[in-house]
Amino acid sequence: MNPGKILLVEDNPDDVALTIRALKSHNITNDVIVAQDGVQALEYLFGPDGGPGADELPAVILLDLKLPKVNGMQVLQRIRADERTRLLPVVILTSSDEERDVIEGYSLGANSYVRKPVDFVEFTEAAKQLGLYWLLMNRAAPTPRKL
Amino acid sequence: MSLRDWPIKQKLTAMLLLISGLVLLLTSAAFVTYQVVAFRQTTLKNLSTLGRVIAANSTASLAFANQADAREILSALKAEPHVVAAALYDKDGRLFSRYPADLPRDSLSAAPARDGYRFEQGHVIGVEPVAEVGNARLGTLYLKSDMKAVSRTLWLSAGIAAGVMGISLLAAYLLAAVLQGWISQPVLALAETATAISTRQDYSVRAPKLGEDELGVLTDAFNQMLARIEDQNRALKQSEEQLRRYATELEHRVAERTHELEERNEALRRNAAELTASNTELDAFAYSVSHDLRAPLRSIDGFSQVLLEDYAARLDEAGRDSLQRVRAATQRMGTLIDDLLKLARVTRAEMRTEAVDLSDMARDIAAELQRTTPTRQVEFAIAPGLGTRGDPRLLRVALDNLLRNSWKYTAKQAQPRIEFGSIQVNGTRAFMVRDNGAGFDMKYADKLFGVFQRLHSVAEFEGTGVGLATVRRIISRHGGRIWAEGAVDQGATFYFTL
Repeated sequence: MNPGKILLVEDNPDDVALTIRALKSHNITNDVIVAQDGVQALEYLFGPDGGPGADELPAVILLDLKLPKVNGMQVLQRIRADERTRLLPVVILTSSDEERDVIEGYSLGANSYVRKPVDFVEFTEAAKQLGLYWLLMNRAAPTPRKL
Repeated sequence: MSLRDWPIKQKLTAMLLLISGLVLLLTSAAFVTYQVVAFRQTTLKNLSTLGRVIAANSTASLAFANQADAREILSALKAEPHVVAAALYDKDGRLFSRYPADLPRDSLSAAPARDGYRFEQGHVIGVEPVAEVGNARLGTLYLKSDMKAVSRTLWLSAGIAAGVMGISLLAAYLLAAVLQGWISQPVLALAETATAISTRQDYSVRAPKLGEDELGVLTDAFNQMLARIEDQNRALKQSEEQLRRYATELEHRVAERTHELEERNEALRRNAAELTASNTELDAFAYSVSHDLRAPLRSIDGFSQVLLEDYAARLDEAGRDSLQRVRAATQRMGTLIDDLLKLARVTRAEMRTEAVDLSDMARDIAAELQRTTPTRQVEFAIAPGLGTRGDPRLLRVALDNLLRNSWKYTAKQAQPRIEFGSIQVNGTRAFMVRDNGAGFDMKYADKLFGVFQRLHSVAEFEGTGVGLATVRRIISRHGGRIWAEGAVDQGATFYFTL
């Protein structure tokens, strides 16, 4: 399994707890870094002044859309605009399945769009599938830093 | 100015003068000619009389060759001043005596000319034989008279003729000046009237009638024509007036209608603006619901499950049951929210109208229902070729809801049957979804399409009470109508027009 970290961008602590629980319950032990809003997420990735942030980029970003300060779409835009993170897998994990959000998400370069089910059993299943797919099945693009 | 362009007055006057002038000229010429001819004859006669008298008197002097006597006789001619020369020739033709005595010899011819009286070279010449009555000729008398008398007569008569002509012409002119009015006046009056009409466009004037002649007839005809033109003009003006009135009325009406339309447009614009505003609000609301309302539900369900998983040992049966109920309610709430969002989406979705085959769509949905629940055996009777125009996505949602409804309510039926077709209702085609399922009491028919209105408990049949409300919203967005017929345990039929 890809030993990389998972960046969870989520402002709702309940959702954070439940997501982490869902991941762990399926033996996905990768580190989960939580950013509680868009600003934190961008700081983690690019550093406080837009300089180099995390030494190691996450293997996958789980991105909520409705976030305080900088919302999910803006975060996605910044990620795709930057050479270092251009090819990073980003999965939108959100409550809404409004058509315009789905279209905008994919237009901005999201790799996947998953709506959080209300039923926790279903949610756990979705988290498992996500972990399996993005950390195990998926062959990520080599990050520029490693080149 | 050419003769043709002369005023008619002058033309008439000139014509009259020309005619009377010509007549006078001819008459005068005849008069003068007659005078001259008559006077010449008289002159000849007088001279011959004189010649005969002198010839008679001269017989003795010639017979006796008495020259002195002859001279005396001839000198008596002094009494006739016109006689400028006279001579007596003897029987041999020799000049015997002459008058006046000092007349040069060579002014007279050497021998007497032939007898007779005639005009010669501006004079009257008379040659008279001298003889005793019944005897042989003794000699010849020669007389020469000037024409002064003749020319005086000529001048006199010419003068008289000229005078008479002058006076006559003057009289003719004066008379013509007065008489030409008989003809010119009515013509001028006609011309004047015509000019007045053409300059003032006043058809009420009439040409004065001055007699019963052809001009009078012409004037009558002209006036009749004017009367007719005036009538027609009046009629024309009346129709014009009427037309103007109509036009004004029409303008008023158009202005009124325009005003009304503008007001209505304004109202429509306001409505549209309000609608847009409320649509935007609804949009924001739906978006917010979609995001925010489900998050707490997820927490409730999630942590209930956590309790059930992690603390199962510390909970008794009742506690676990309670948690399961919490989870069930939460999930139901999630479904409700999802259905409500669908309804909102149906309301604000943009319409794209195109040709839709409802039969195809129904077959598709039936197949999908069979696939999701392969254990059920339902008989579908779908009429082929039912086409219409509408938004395919929305119509699909509507038909899906109706067929799913039938599918659901025939679950307890031994031989479930679902039918899709069309019938004619008051000349309009209505589509129809009929089943032999649980049906409903017609008493509550009006509640069928209300949001959250249900005629069955959740325990009996699953459902949120949003589906038929969604269908009605879609049908009304297509400008159609939906209604239902049914009876408890006798099945239900849903009709809709588009």
